Amino acid sequence: MNEKNTVLLEETFKEYYFNKFDLIHVPPRATEREFGYQKINSGMIRHLSVKNDKDLHLLLMREIPSDVYCSNAYYNFPALPMSEKDWKGADLIFDIDAKDLNLSCRPEHTITKCASCQNLTEQQSPCVQCGSTKFDTVSVGCKNCISESKKEVEKLTEILTSDLGIKKEEIQVYFSGNEGFHMRVINNDYESLSSHERADLADYIMFNGATPESFGIKKQTNSKSSLPTLDEKGWRGRMARSLFTSKSKTSKITKEIISGGYSGFQLRLEEIRKTLGVRIDPKVTMDIHRIFRLEGSINSKSGLSKIQCTNLDSFDPFSEACLLGNDEVQITANCPIQIKLKNKKFGPYKNETVSIPKYAAVYLICKGLGSAV
Amino acid sequence: MNKENVLKIGIQDLAKYPFLAEAGEYLRDTGLNLEQLGHDDWKPIIEKAYGRIIVASSGQIYGSDTEKHDYDSDLLSFIVAIILLKSAGISTLTRRFSLAEARRAEKYLQQDLWTNREKNLELPLKIIQELFGVKVSIENDEFVIKIPDYLKRAVHFHEKEWKLVNRRVTDGHVYLTAHETVRLIRTELGEYINSKIQSINIGSIPESFKDRVSDLTSLAKKFSDTQYVSSEYPPCVKHAIEVLEKGENLPHSGRFLLATYLLSKGQTIDQIAPLFKNAPDYNERITKYQLEHISGSSGSGTKYQCPSCDKLRSENLCFATSDCEGIINPIQFGKKRKVQ
Repeated sequence: MNEKNTVLLEETFKEYYFNKFDLIHVPPRATEREFGYQKINSGMIRHLSVKNDKDLHLLLMREIPSDVYCSNAYYNFPALPMSEKDWKGADLIFDIDAKDLNLSCRPEHTITKCASCQNLTEQQSPCVQCGSTKFDTVSVGCKNCISESKKEVEKLTEILTSDLGIKKEEIQVYFSGNEGFHMRVINNDYESLSSHERADLADYIMFNGATPESFGIKKQTNSKSSLPTLDEKGWRGRMARSLFTSKSKTSKITKEIISGGYSGFQLRLEEIRKTLGVRIDPKVTMDIHRIFRLEGSINSKSGLSKIQCTNLDSFDPFSEACLLGNDEVQITANCPIQIKLKNKKFGPYKNETVSIPKYAAVYLICKGLGSAV
Repeated sequence: MNKENVLKIGIQDLAKYPFLAEAGEYLRDTGLNLEQLGHDDWKPIIEKAYGRIIVASSGQIYGSDTEKHDYDSDLLSFIVAIILLKSAGISTLTRRFSLAEARRAEKYLQQDLWTNREKNLELPLKIIQELFGVKVSIENDEFVIKIPDYLKRAVHFHEKEWKLVNRRVTDGHVYLTAHETVRLIRTELGEYINSKIQSINIGSIPESFKDRVSDLTSLAKKFSDTQYVSSEYPPCVKHAIEVLEKGENLPHSGRFLLATYLLSKGQTIDQIAPLFKNAPDYNERITKYQLEHISGSSGSGTKYQCPSCDKLRSENLCFATSDCEGIINPIQFGKKRKVQ
């Protein structure tokens, strides 16, 4: 990132960290966690210990990081190298990202740029400006992406509470600061699970690896007696409610299922996986040493903040998580799609110098669609 | 605790579960000591104990006398067996014995959980809870345990049916049959018995024990001959196993050789996977995944064949001896040799 952009971003981030102390707190059991941060144009600094809010605020003011992270894991010695930290346990964490949901709206708000000259292009053929064949894609905020991600959050919450026995108050939902949601579960029972065990838990949540036998369909001889019923709990019940949409059709559908046989049922399982399985990123859930974006901090992919969603239904990240200053600044903007932040529309801009509020300027710069002048 | 609530463990129970701490108390109460066991009268017990080890070493489960109600001899032969094993000090034998005894106990646990469930449920549940920290409760005809307790054990099993997604799960709990409940703790039971044997201290043993201890030592020699360094394996495979056993790094091509060779000899993934445990970058999940892939049970479904001698030579993995003459693939080793 060039010098001018860096100056503008750091100045804006500093202002945020100075003014919004009340939003940024260390998570519970902070002294047992590892912290880390990144500065613009530089690598990750991790294995840090931060004792309390005051320590954290000092760090933010001193370093003005672009991104701040904190471990889901608890250690005896969080500041020592990984092999000496002495792992004690870790919160369950989940990452739901709109870009993993294969939504049909994606092409409408995804922009392709030449990786070397930043020229925007329609298709990924050699860049008309510099001839490069490497391209980056960047996606700007989209209402549909957020509402589809919210549905995944709701599905996950339902499984966590009714199947895994986790209480609602043990689950925290955060907007990730870019295009999705993070969830964290603080529950003693699950804290000690290893990575391998978390992977199987992730498969459960995603409905991966289910066999027809578990739903009463065998390779030979099937009877309707062992098919799941509507009032069952867990995946069997979910499966039944999806198959038998109305009671009057149950016997007809049962016949269809049985005559479809084993392979027919495998196809049904695959359908259920796609619709009812929660599309989390399993790599995040199975990682027990991850440093995860700290709530209240800025996500430098967008300039939006990772913040907790208390009312998911009405939550609008593009106004509620857009917390940077309103002062106008001049930037050169090159964004072919109109964006909406804090209920104000910006763009489209065609490589033009504009004077816009800092929060919008930073958003465009973070996305690589604008440059400070 | 109220005295009535203390679970009474009788000799019938100790015959089934002789590894329980209560077995020691029972022996103390009878006043029997090691010196007395050296007396000729107890010779049959020593023979029985020896037989119990021999049966275990061959991978079988020791048939018990509980049907004939010789509970004392069942308990004592276990105690004497662990004294013999401890004196012989051969970990392979101890491990095999522990596993076989675990499987024997597993059988009784399952019976107690299921058949005798009205009268004898308290003991098996107590064993599972106290020894392994797993709380099992009962709902209708099913056994219910917490999801984390389940996952910690079930992820070591390879079959798809053990995946959590294929289980009945409700409100933080998993529902199991009696058989599945005890299957879940088999490994731990084996480890528990093994650690018990490791931790006991015995001074000098009676003269009458010594013959059988030396028999065990020679038996163990036979084992180590027929195990990994078996002359049945071609030298390239032997080399690969030795490298892994030393905890050194075996290149991917060497691991591939080992896996494909053993699979072609009919070994299962579960039997092969532990060989890689000493590898510096060992990861159980990845190892199993790769073995599954090679065996064709996952991924493309292609079953990979053992690489040819030519290929191995080019990878510096060939350590041919005169026994290798006339073969072009390691899997022919031995077969051709016998013909010649």
